[in-house]
Amino acid sequence: MKPRYKRLILVVVALALLTLGATFVLKAFRSNLVFFYTPTEVLAGQVPDGQAFRIGGMVQEGSVGRKEDGVTVRFEVTDTIENVPVQFIGILPDLFQEGKGVVAQGRINAEGIFLADQVLAKHDENYMPPEAAEALERARKIKMDKQ
Amino acid sequence: MTPEIGHFAIILALCVAIAQAFFSIAGATRGNVSWMAVSRPSAYVLFLLTAFGFCCLVVSFLTNDFSVINVASNSNSQLPWPYRLAASWGSHEGSLLLWVLMLSGWMAAVARFSKGVPNDMLSLILGVMAVVAIGFYSFLLLTSNPFDRLLPPAMDGRDLNPLLQDPGMVIHPPMLYMGYVGFSVVFAFAIAALISGRLDTTWARWSRPWTTIAWAFLTVGIALGSWWAYYELGWGGWWFWDPVENASFMPWLCGTALMHSLLVTEKRGSFKIWTVLLAIITFSLSLLGTFLVRSGVLTSVHAFATDPERGVFILGFLVFVVGSSLLLFAWRAPKVGLGGKFSLVSRESALLANNVLLVVAAASVLLGTLYPLFLDALGLGKISVGPPYFDAVFIPIMAPAMFLMGIGPIARWKKSSVPEIAVRLKWAFVVALISALLIPFVMGDWSILVSFGLLMAAWIALAGLVNLYTRLKQMSSGQGRTFLGSFLAIPNAYYGMLFAHWGVAVFIVGVTLVNGYEVEKDVKMALGNTVTIGEYTIRLDALKDLKGPNYTGVEGSMAILVDGKEVDRMFPQKRLYTVQQMPMTEAAIDTGFTRDLYISLGEPLNDGSWVVRVYLKPFVDWIWGGAFLMALGGVLAVSDRRYRRASQDEGDRAEKTASS
Repeated sequence: MKPRYKRLILVVVALALLTLGATFVLKAFRSNLVFFYTPTEVLAGQVPDGQAFRIGGMVQEGSVGRKEDGVTVRFEVTDTIENVPVQFIGILPDLFQEGKGVVAQGRINAEGIFLADQVLAKHDENYMPPEAAEALERARKIKMDKQ
Repeated sequence: MTPEIGHFAIILALCVAIAQAFFSIAGATRGNVSWMAVSRPSAYVLFLLTAFGFCCLVVSFLTNDFSVINVASNSNSQLPWPYRLAASWGSHEGSLLLWVLMLSGWMAAVARFSKGVPNDMLSLILGVMAVVAIGFYSFLLLTSNPFDRLLPPAMDGRDLNPLLQDPGMVIHPPMLYMGYVGFSVVFAFAIAALISGRLDTTWARWSRPWTTIAWAFLTVGIALGSWWAYYELGWGGWWFWDPVENASFMPWLCGTALMHSLLVTEKRGSFKIWTVLLAIITFSLSLLGTFLVRSGVLTSVHAFATDPERGVFILGFLVFVVGSSLLLFAWRAPKVGLGGKFSLVSRESALLANNVLLVVAAASVLLGTLYPLFLDALGLGKISVGPPYFDAVFIPIMAPAMFLMGIGPIARWKKSSVPEIAVRLKWAFVVALISALLIPFVMGDWSILVSFGLLMAAWIALAGLVNLYTRLKQMSSGQGRTFLGSFLAIPNAYYGMLFAHWGVAVFIVGVTLVNGYEVEKDVKMALGNTVTIGEYTIRLDALKDLKGPNYTGVEGSMAILVDGKEVDRMFPQKRLYTVQQMPMTEAAIDTGFTRDLYISLGEPLNDGSWVVRVYLKPFVDWIWGGAFLMALGGVLAVSDRRYRRASQDEGDRAEKTASS
């Protein structure tokens, strides 16, 4: 085989591999994106059924309670318009408090309870999780529009 | 007075950097020897001034000078002194001062240890670094002055974030920054080579030790950060694919590729253009990391948009550095010429494939890190890209790279043959395969992922052993040395390679086994209750109040029982840092060679019992052990005699030509 053909084959093979790799990366990327919704959007039914997503807002004052086993926690996330009940099994992050910002990741079950498999901890008390801030901001806009 | 003197020193340093950049670059391009003579001494002056300024800030922290905003917001009179010291680089402003301190330190090191590099080349290198320095000194002075005063002074400080009050956090940022900033050296080497057109094997030999040592620092820095997250965040994870972590991991991936590509450039003269491009990319990713972490863009894109001063400055600087170096690259690279040819099966090919894989891995991390930011910035919605994406992409990309790690060092340069490699490595592969199939049964249940991980680890480790054995045999038969004599005669660089690769094997063992066999239990415990995990039974014996220098809290006393007998006692704590009213979980960890026992206190319940989390994490410490082994490999490689001898020889030669 002439060296020219050899090189051509090499280039074609390399390009094919790169395309394959890129396709595979993008596919993995698309199937693992987690979208964010505010409590108002959740109750408006904007979340596709069975999809995992993130919810953000404030922990409703007085809503935190535990089941008998001590490790199942229930609380409500609010964006000041709507509340969504959340259930989480495990230990909450240190900075989880009533009246403070919170972000949870999980799915909605048939009873409309958000089963969280992750409640996010942030590193600093001064700082609100971006999603929580976003939820309050969107709720504020809705209220302004109504007025 | 101290803060003002420090501030003044940094302003002077900026002036020195400007003068240095001008005289070094102009001198080198015009061949003006007296202008070039400025570059070396000014690097020392720059470093001394910056070190002096840094000391001034440290003094302000140690003496509790709460009239300085930086001290008032990040320290407290109750804070123990080692953390007051660490607080100097715990804030945004302080960490930037650390950044420029590191940069000037690297410049002084280049000036001191580059005897063999010709004068005009050294001038160019220092000049390029000085340009980078100008950017960061101006950034520091214009947007993030660590010496700003507070009037009237605060009575006491707001304390350091409790998460940072930890020995790991004291040394993690300096190590990480040494690595980040260290890549500026090879970047400057690359730019200097493009300007001067001197891009040859000697150039690669000068650049290699700088790249390797920066990489070793970055490795240690990332490992320390991961270890800190593991024991300090209280939930036992060691890597979260968080944007902050990714910011340091991307330069690491490209830096690893760069080290291997420099090897080919030095030994074979090939990959020259690619090496230069990688050097530019690696440093650009370091700058991107600085931008992501320091601009506040991760906290909130919107907050960034309303207070954009800092972010826009770094972004502008990033665009300037990346844009101008890529422009220079596009203009000069075509003139470089190609290196030695090589066939499809050769060490060059293996290293090329390794480079492509590492860069693709870095690109996929970049995609997952930046895409959510772009969407958010454009107002197209908020999304997050979690660990599942990174895991799904990373393992398949890295697996072939791991496989090549066994083959590459054994393949010959230029032209190798598949049957020859197969003959030499067949036993390594067979033994690796058998142990990978069997070990999971010993550990408990068999799973494909565990088996595959162990196969890769065993393959890398055994291929390294085969490589060492063959080399020793060749040396003792060919050169008439004893076996032990050959051991000592093998250069450090070779051992460096072996250790770094074995480090990867150890790391894979840790990751595989901890992912495969970790046990986690969240339970409610009252006094006297027990929980069993693996062979251990844990009993909560007592709870007592705790009083620290700047916190209060509760400490649990746990008995660890094996077969009913007490073997150990562990004391997990829950602290409340009084100034910021911030709760902190201080996990108790019993570290072992084959497992960690990890206990953390969750929260108290109304009836006086506690929610407690216990983990049994097999081989988790191998993760960081592997990383330290990799870094040790880097240090070994740099300590190779060859570099010192080579630089001396060239120094002598340069002096001779200068005198003749």
